[in-house]
Amino acid sequence: MSVNERVLSWTEAELGVEGKVLDVVRAPAQVLSVPGKDVDPAAPETVQLAADLIATMRVSPGCVGLAADQVGVSARVFCVDVSTHVKTKTHHGTYVLCNAEVVEASRNEKAREGCMSVPDLTGDVKRASRLTVRGQLPVTGETVEIVTDAFEARCLQHEIDHTNGLLFIDRVAGAHALHQRQTYL
Amino acid sequence: MTIHAITVLGHDRPGIIADTTARLAGLGLNLEDSTMTRLRGHFAMTLLCAGEATTEAIQADLGPIAADGTLTVTVYELPEEQAPAGAGQLFVLSVHGGDRPGIVSTVTAEIAAVGGNITDLTTRLSGDLYVVVAELELPADADVAVLEASIKRVTLELGVDATLRPIEADDL
Repeated sequence: MSVNERVLSWTEAELGVEGKVLDVVRAPAQVLSVPGKDVDPAAPETVQLAADLIATMRVSPGCVGLAADQVGVSARVFCVDVSTHVKTKTHHGTYVLCNAEVVEASRNEKAREGCMSVPDLTGDVKRASRLTVRGQLPVTGETVEIVTDAFEARCLQHEIDHTNGLLFIDRVAGAHALHQRQTYL
Repeated sequence: MTIHAITVLGHDRPGIIADTTARLAGLGLNLEDSTMTRLRGHFAMTLLCAGEATTEAIQADLGPIAADGTLTVTVYELPEEQAPAGAGQLFVLSVHGGDRPGIVSTVTAEIAAVGGNITDLTTRLSGDLYVVVAELELPADADVAVLEASIKRVTLELGVDATLRPIEADDL
């Protein structure tokens, strides 16, 4: 799988601002159910939001991605870092995407996933394991395309769902696919 | 040959299933469909068994399981029933939002109104969050768009979110 070198080399240093750790919003907060607004990737508030998302992700054990609505901001921005996760195959390190959308998705696989905004439940969700996503990097607004697989693909779909006002519980595979969480990160 | 429905409900502990099913096997009963889960930490199991044992014999044999008072066991004989032919359209309905009375009854009434049958249901209360996931079968001629619109209307009134998706079975 061909890695996007521009995304892989991106670091939060490009943001040039210090991120603040924000409180994570939990369902049934309304902000989690509303599609986020498109953002200007170069706007100072977007850049600060990107830094805040990364800072919040970093201090949250096991967190591999965080979307703006999870910190109470209805905007199409999220951060991802699956680089140290055991289920990861291809990855692009830490990055933030604005206004991201799925371009291509194939090879659905079912797996159990959870979410910091739904802390006590997990669900079996079928998602594409081969994925192409297009979005913009903060600050420069460059449009980038990420082709990825496995866990990064699942994580990106989960985060893009957040930007569209969807939670994993909107996608659980069936009535017996919703579970009380047994162990916590 | 008769079919018996056996329910076991109460305080969870290791060994309930092993103990129950060993006693049923001892009676020559064949375990058919069953479901078990924990509801708010309580053990909840329903078993359908086929065999020659009488209701009284099964009740007597399972008696020791409930002897300490922490589990309730019921045994009923069921009439023979043919599973209905599944000619309908299959869907998963997810509903989530702030907990309040009437979410399940209101949403399922809309499904019943179009002749839809719920074939599997799970509800979970997690803090303030209430989640309903139901599998349903709609009549082949049901207007899914109309049902979606009516579910949208009632869930808007309830202040919760709902997603209706077809169940996709992948033939491999």
